[in-house]
Amino acid sequence: MYIFTQRPGPSLIATVTTDVSCSNIHTHTPRPHCDWCAGEEYWVDSRTVYIGHKEPPPAAEAYIPQRYPDNRIVSSKYTLWNFIPKNLFEQFRRIANFYFLLIFLVQLIIDTPTSPVTSGLPLFFVITVTAIKQGYEDWLRHKADCSINECPVDMVQQGTVVRTQSSKLRVGDVVMVREDETFPCDLILLSSSRGDGTCYVTTTSLDGESSHKTYYAVPDTMAFKTEQEVDSLHATIECEQPQPDLYKFVGRINIYKEREDPIARPLGAENLLLRGATLKNTGHIYAVAIYTGMDTKMALNYQSKSQKRSAVEKSMNAFLIVYLCILISKAVINTVLKYAWQWSADRDEPWYNHRTEIDRERHVVIRAFTDFLAFMVLFNYIIPVSMYVTVEMQKFLGSYFIAWDKDMYDEELGVGAQVNTSDLNEELGQVEYVFTDKTGTLTENNMEFIECCVDGHVYIPHAICNGQILSAASSIDMIDSSPGGYRRHEDLFFRALCLCHTVQAKEEETVDSIKRGIHLGKPTSFYISSSPDEVALVEGMKRLGYTYLRLKDSHMEILNKDDEIERFELLHVLNFDSVRRRMSVIVKSSSGNTHSYKQHLIHIIMDRNSEIQMYTIKPRADTSIFPRVVSGKVEQVRARVEQNAVEGLRTLCVAYRSLSPAEYEEACHQLSDAKLALKDREQRLAQAYDLIERDFTLLGATAVEDRLQEKAADTIESLQKAGMKVWVLTGDKMETAAATCYASKLFRRSTQILELTKKRTEEQSLHDVLFDLSRTVLRQRSLSGLSVECQDYGLIIDGATLSAVLKPSPESSGSGNYREIFLEICRNCSAVLCCRMAPLQKAQIVKLIKASKEHPITLAIGDGANDVSMILEAHVGIGIMGKEGRQAARNSDYAIPKFKHLKKMLLVHGHFYYIRIAELVQYFFYKNVCFIFPQFLYQFFCGFSQQPLYDTAYLTLYNISFTSLPILLYSLIEKHISIEMLKRDPTLFEPIILFLDVAKNALLRWPVFLYWTCLGLFNACIFFFGAYFLFDNTTFTSNGQMFGNWTFGTLVFTVLVFTVTLKLALDTHHWTWINHFVIWGSLLFYVIFSLLWGGIIWPFLNYQRMYYVFMQMLSSGPAWLGIILLIAISLLPDVVKKVLCRTLWPTATERAQVGRTELCTDPYDMGLCIIMLKHEVMAADECHNNGPQDLVTVSLCIQIAIDKMQLCSLSVAYACLYHSPTATIGHSVYNVDIRKSLTHMTPYLGLISEDFSSMPVAIEVEHLPTEVG
Amino acid sequence: MMASSYNAKEDGHVTVPGGGTIQNKKPDNTAFKQQRLPAWQPILTAGTVLPAFFVIGLIFIPIGIGLYVTSNNIKEFEIDYTGTDMSSPCFNCSQSFSWNSTRPCTCALPFSLEQPFESNVFMYYGLSNFYQNHRRYVKSRDDSQLNGDTTSLMNPSKECEPYARNEKMPIAPCGAIANSMFNDTLDLYYIDPNGTRIQIPLMKKGIAWWTDKHVKFRNPGGNPNLTSAFQGTTKPINWRKPVYELDTDAENNGFINEDFIVWMRTAALPTFRKLYRIIQKKNNMTPTLPRGNYTLEVTYNYPVRSFEGRKRVILSTISWMGGKNPFLGIAYITVGSVCFFLGVVLLIIHHKYGSRNNTADIPN
Repeated sequence: MYIFTQRPGPSLIATVTTDVSCSNIHTHTPRPHCDWCAGEEYWVDSRTVYIGHKEPPPAAEAYIPQRYPDNRIVSSKYTLWNFIPKNLFEQFRRIANFYFLLIFLVQLIIDTPTSPVTSGLPLFFVITVTAIKQGYEDWLRHKADCSINECPVDMVQQGTVVRTQSSKLRVGDVVMVREDETFPCDLILLSSSRGDGTCYVTTTSLDGESSHKTYYAVPDTMAFKTEQEVDSLHATIECEQPQPDLYKFVGRINIYKEREDPIARPLGAENLLLRGATLKNTGHIYAVAIYTGMDTKMALNYQSKSQKRSAVEKSMNAFLIVYLCILISKAVINTVLKYAWQWSADRDEPWYNHRTEIDRERHVVIRAFTDFLAFMVLFNYIIPVSMYVTVEMQKFLGSYFIAWDKDMYDEELGVGAQVNTSDLNEELGQVEYVFTDKTGTLTENNMEFIECCVDGHVYIPHAICNGQILSAASSIDMIDSSPGGYRRHEDLFFRALCLCHTVQAKEEETVDSIKRGIHLGKPTSFYISSSPDEVALVEGMKRLGYTYLRLKDSHMEILNKDDEIERFELLHVLNFDSVRRRMSVIVKSSSGNTHSYKQHLIHIIMDRNSEIQMYTIKPRADTSIFPRVVSGKVEQVRARVEQNAVEGLRTLCVAYRSLSPAEYEEACHQLSDAKLALKDREQRLAQAYDLIERDFTLLGATAVEDRLQEKAADTIESLQKAGMKVWVLTGDKMETAAATCYASKLFRRSTQILELTKKRTEEQSLHDVLFDLSRTVLRQRSLSGLSVECQDYGLIIDGATLSAVLKPSPESSGSGNYREIFLEICRNCSAVLCCRMAPLQKAQIVKLIKASKEHPITLAIGDGANDVSMILEAHVGIGIMGKEGRQAARNSDYAIPKFKHLKKMLLVHGHFYYIRIAELVQYFFYKNVCFIFPQFLYQFFCGFSQQPLYDTAYLTLYNISFTSLPILLYSLIEKHISIEMLKRDPTLFEPIILFLDVAKNALLRWPVFLYWTCLGLFNACIFFFGAYFLFDNTTFTSNGQMFGNWTFGTLVFTVLVFTVTLKLALDTHHWTWINHFVIWGSLLFYVIFSLLWGGIIWPFLNYQRMYYVFMQMLSSGPAWLGIILLIAISLLPDVVKKVLCRTLWPTATERAQVGRTELCTDPYDMGLCIIMLKHEVMAADECHNNGPQDLVTVSLCIQIAIDKMQLCSLSVAYACLYHSPTATIGHSVYNVDIRKSLTHMTPYLGLISEDFSSMPVAIEVEHLPTEVG
Repeated sequence: MMASSYNAKEDGHVTVPGGGTIQNKKPDNTAFKQQRLPAWQPILTAGTVLPAFFVIGLIFIPIGIGLYVTSNNIKEFEIDYTGTDMSSPCFNCSQSFSWNSTRPCTCALPFSLEQPFESNVFMYYGLSNFYQNHRRYVKSRDDSQLNGDTTSLMNPSKECEPYARNEKMPIAPCGAIANSMFNDTLDLYYIDPNGTRIQIPLMKKGIAWWTDKHVKFRNPGGNPNLTSAFQGTTKPINWRKPVYELDTDAENNGFINEDFIVWMRTAALPTFRKLYRIIQKKNNMTPTLPRGNYTLEVTYNYPVRSFEGRKRVILSTISWMGGKNPFLGIAYITVGSVCFFLGVVLLIIHHKYGSRNNTADIPN
C-alpha cells in the first residue's frame, strides 16, 4: 500500500545540477543552497538528528536538542506497583465484568437474599485467573524486554568503541554492529566493512523473508573505516517522524565539512537498517541511530490490531440483552407484586415476623428500590459469569486443535496451522464468500522459466530442470528458426534479462550439501531473491547461456555465451511498483566493446500479476507497455504473449531504449531531484519514471510458469460444494488469471463467462454493459423452470472497471445503482474473477460484499503483502505461509501452510466449532433459565421476600463446578458428524446441505433460541411444581417427620443438576471416555459434594441450614421416585421433538449421521432396499469402474431416496448428476434451482431407463418438481 | 529476541499457541490431538428410542399404580380448630386472645373416626398462610447459639434482629422463628362407647430429625443445670416460659426440646404441617385409634387470625412413602401412559417413515 500524503505548504526546493562525470547512482547536490533550503522548509513531521550529538556549524541552523525516547523497549503493560489498579481497571472496563462487579457491590451494600460470596467468589476467581494470566504474560514480556534492553551494544564515542547497554542508546549515537548481530534500533547506515558501502541484512524476524537484502551507505560516508573517521563526521539527518510502514522511509543527510558548504543526500528505505533485522555477510558496519525504543518501526508494528468479532459473539450479545431484559422485568414484576401483595400490614409484618426499627423507618421508595435490587441480585445468575469464562476457554483451548492438526502440517515448510486469534474459530464455519489471491495462494509461486520469444523467435530451454545446470550451448532450441535474424536483438534481450532484476548472486556456499553453484568448473553462484520470478528468469537465462555473475562495485557482471565476462555499470534502478507494473534499470556498457560509453537504457518490461512485493523489485510490466513501444516486432510478440497468457503462463515483455549522454543527464537529474525530495517523493519519482520509460524498442517476451498448488482445484470444488462462493482476486492479467481459474476448476468448460472489462466498457458504456449482463443473468433465472439448458455463469471483472463501478457517479442518484446491479450479477454467478486488482481494490471488493444486504461472512486468503489489506478487511483473514514473506501470515487471523489446508480448516474445524459454540451458548442460557426460573416461581410462595430457593453453596457452585465441565468438554470435543464425512472428496454431495444446516448462523437464530428458552422455562416449571406437589402439605418419609424449605430447594436443585447434565448427554453424539468421565463425574461430584456439605457442622459458617438435608432427602423413597419422575418429564419433550424431527423432517446432518450402513442386498426389491446417502455415493464411486450394473444401483438409490426417504431432491439431483457420464454438467448444479437440476437429470435417467427398460426404475421426472416445491 | 512477540493484545483477546512464532514441531499424532478418540456415537432415532419408551411405560405404570394404591390406603383425618366460625368451640378462645392473659384458654373439639387407624398414627398440627419461608423469617436465627455456643448465647447474631435482645438481655433462643414457636397444647381423648374419656398417650420423642436433636441442637455448656446455663439470657418475647422450662425431661429440655427443633425447621410453603406427636401402636390386636368418637382438647395460645391463618390438627397413618399424597402415583401413571402412547406413535412413524433410520450405535 502506498500512501501518498499531500501536505500544504511550500514544497522543497532542491535545485540539482548534474555532474557530467556522474558515474554513480547518487548525484551531488549544489552547495550553496542546501543550508537555507533545509532551514526554510516547513516540514512539521520531521526530526533532525545530530550525528554523534555534534552541533552543526553555527551558520547552518540553530541547534535545538530534541528529546527522543531512549532505546528501552517496553512491551510490558504493567509495572510492579501499577499492576493491581491498572489490571483491575482494564478488567472492569469489560461490560460483563462491570456488571458482575455492580451486582457484587449491591450485595455488599444492601441486605440481599444471597451472601455476597455467591457472586463475589466467581467474580474474584475470574478476575484473579485473568490477572494471573495477564501478569504472567507481562512478566514474560518484562523478561524479554530486560534481555533486550540489557543486551550489549558497541557505541562509538570520542573515536573509540564503548560497550554499553542497548537501552542506553540515544538518537544520534553512532553504533558499530558486527556480523550476525541484531540491530539495536533503527539505524542509518554510514559505512560498512565492505568497500562498496553495502551490507547484507536478513529480516526474517521482521517479515519472515529469509533472503539477504542489500542496504547502502551514503557515498560520502561509506569511506569511513575506523572509529576515528566515523567520529569525525559532522552531519545531521533530517527524516520523517517514525511511522510503522517497514518499507518506507524518507530522509536526508546533511554533511558539513570544514570550509565547504554542506552536502545533502537523500536517504531512503535502502539506507535504513531496521531494529530486529540481523547483519549478514558483512564484517561490521557503522550506523547512526535515528529511531529508538518505542519509535522503532518494529515496535510500531507490534501494536495490536483491531479486534474482529464473530457472528456468534454478536448473537450472544443479543441474547444477553434479551436475558438482561428478562432479568429486569422479573425483578420489576416481583417488586410490584410484592408491594401489591403486602398492602395490608398483616401480610407485610405479621406478629411473628417484625422488621427492625431501622428498616421500618426507611422510606417506602427506598425500600422498594432496595427490593428491586435484591430481586436483581437473586436472579442475576441468569447471566452467568461463567459463560464468558467458558466461551473464552473454549475458544482458547479449541484453537489448540487447529494448531495440533497434523493434516494441516506441511512437511516441507515444517509448519502447521497457526492461530493468531482464537476469537473467530466458529466464524470459519460460517464463511459464505472466499476471496483468494492467485499467485502463491492458488499457485505454488514456484516459478519455472518456460520460454522466451525474441522478435517472434521462440526459445525454449531444453530440459525442464530445477536448479540443474545444463550446458549452455545445447539448451537453446530454436523453434522458429529463421537463421540470422536479429542477432543484435537477441543479445540485447538476454543481457537485458540478466541485468534487470534485483537478484543477488550468493557466492558459493554449501546449501543442503549440494553445491548448486558449480558452473563449468568455475565457482559461480546461486541466486537469491524474494521474487521467485526473478530467480526463474535469471536461471532461465543461465540455461540459455547468459549467466549473471554478481554485482560488484556497482557493475553487473555477465558471463556470456562465449564465456566472456561482460561488465555493465548499474546506474539506476527504477524499482518495480504495482502502479507502473514495470521495472527498469539504466546501465552503461563498459566491457570495452564497440558500444563502450554509450549508455543504454535497458528497460525490461514485463508482465506479471502486479503484486506489490514490498522490498522486492520485480522486473514486470504488462501489455500496457505496448503503447510505450515505438519499434520492435510488436505484433508477433503480442500474439505470443497472449497465447502464453491463455495457457496460464506469466508473461513479461522486455524492451530497451538507448540514451544519449544528454538524455541520460536529464533523466539522472530528474531522478535525483525526485529522490531528494522529502515531500511527495513517490509522486515525483513516478513522474520521473514516466518520463524516462518511453519510446522503447520491444525486444521480446518471456513466459514463466507458476504451477497450481497441490489439490487447489479439489479444495475450490469442495468449498463451492459447501455453498461458498469463491472469488479470485489477483493483480494478474486477465488471460493468465482466467487460465488459472480454469485449471483450478473455478470455471468449467460449461461456464459461460461474462466479461466486465475495460475492453468492453470502451466499446459500450459501463451502464449498458452492466444492464446487459444483469439481463442475461436474470433472464436465465426467470426461465430456469423451463429451460433445459442450465447455465452457470462466471464473471470476470478488472480493476479499472471495478473502480468505475464503485465510483459514485456524478449524478448522486445513480451512485448506488451500479453497485447494486453489480452485486446482483455477482450473486448469480457461481464464480467471479477479479483481475488487475490493486491491493486496496481487493479490500474494497471484500468490503463491498461485506456491506451487501445479506451481510455474508467473508474470508480472505492470501500470501503476500498485497493481500494484507484484504485479509484485515474480511471477517476472517487467512494467511498462507508462503514464499513471499510472512506479512500476510502475520496480519492474518489464521495462517496455514498451503491453500489445500483451507478445506479442513473451513469444512471440518470451522464447522465443528460453529456447532460447538452454538450449543455452548444456547445451553448456557438454557441451563440458567432452568436454574433461576424456579427461584422466580418460589417468590410467589414466599411472600415475594427474595428468599432464595437454593443454598448459597449451590447458587455459587452451580455454574462453576456442577454444570461447567460437561459443556466445556462438549464444546471442545463434540463431533456431531465424522471428520471424513465433512471433508470427503468431491464425490460427496452432502457438504452442500450439511453446510446449509449451519449457514447464516442457523443454530443461533431467534427461533432456536426461543426453543431453548422455552425448554428451559418448561423444565423450570416441572422442577418447581413437581417438587411443590410432592411437598404438598404432607410428609414423604416413613418416619412421619417433615422436611423444610431447604430440602425443598435441594430437591429442585438435584433434579435441576441431573436434568441439565442429562440434556447435554442427550445432545452429545460423540461419547469418548472423556465425555463419560466428565458427565458422570460431575453428577457424582454433585452428590459427593452435597453429602459432604450437609454431613458436617461447618465451623466457619454461621448457619447450618444444610446439615443433613441432602441425606435426609435421599433416605426417603418418594424423593428418589420424584427425582426420577421429574427428570423423565423434563427430558421427555426434548427427546420426542428430536426423534420426530429426525424422522419426519431430518436435516442433512441428521441424515448423514445415520448414513453409514450397508447397501441394500437386493437392488430390485425396492421395498426392502434401504440405502443410505453415503452408499449411493459409494455405489456411484464404483459404478464408474463396474459399468452399467452399478449405474442402475445408483439410479435406484436415487429413486428410492426420492420416493421413500423424502430426501432433499437437490442433493439427489446432484448425486445423480455428479455420477452421470457427462460429469461436467453436474459440477455446477449445486447452487442452481432444484427444478433445473431435475430437468438436467432427464437425459441421464432416461438413458438408464432405455437400457434397462425391464427394470422398475421408471422415474417420472415431470412430477418431481411439484413434490419438491 | 523480540519482546513484542508476546502478543500484546487486549484483555480477553486470547493468546494462542504459536501466535507469531513459527512452530517447527510436527504435531503429535495422538488420537486426542487429532480429534480421533474412539467414541460411542448414539443417535436418537425413532428406532432406538422406541424400546426405551415402552420400557419406561412398562416400568412407570406399575410403580404409579403401586404408589397410588399405597397412598389411598393411608388414612388421614384433619380437623380445623382455628375458631373463625361462630359455631366452632374455639371461637371464644380465638376472639379473646391476648398475649398478656395469664390464664390459658382451652376448648374441646369433638370428632369421630369412621375407620380405625391401624399401626402408628402421626399427629400433626398444620398452619396456613403462615410464611415460615419469608426471607426475613428464615434467616432470623442463630445456629451457633442453638448449637450451644456460649458466646453466641450471650451475643446473639445480628440476623436475629429485632428478636435478638430484650431490654439489653440477650434472648435465648433468639430470632423470629424461635419467638413465634407454636405453643398450643393438643390433647386427644377417646370417648369410650360407654362415655368415659380416655386420654390417648402421645409420644413426644422421635418427632425431630435425629441429627438435629443430637448434633445440630445443643444446650449451652456442659452444665446439666439448664437454669444456670441460660443465666443472663431472657426468654423470647412471645414465650410464656423460658427455654429451660419447655419440658421437665432433661433430655427434652432447652434447645433440644423436640417441639422446638421441629418448629425451627422452617417449612417450604406457607401452608404446612409439622409433626406434633406420635401415637404408638400398642399391640397387634387393637387398632391404634379405633373407630369411634374423640375429643381434641386445645390449649389455645397461638394467634393466627391477625394474618388470616388457619390451624389444623391432622391424624395420619404413614406408609413407606410417607403421608397421603396421590400426586406421585398419578404422575407416574400419567407419564408411563404418555410414554407408552408415544412409543406406539413412534412405532407407527418408524414404520412409515423411518425405514432408513434403522441403525445407530456404530463405534467409530
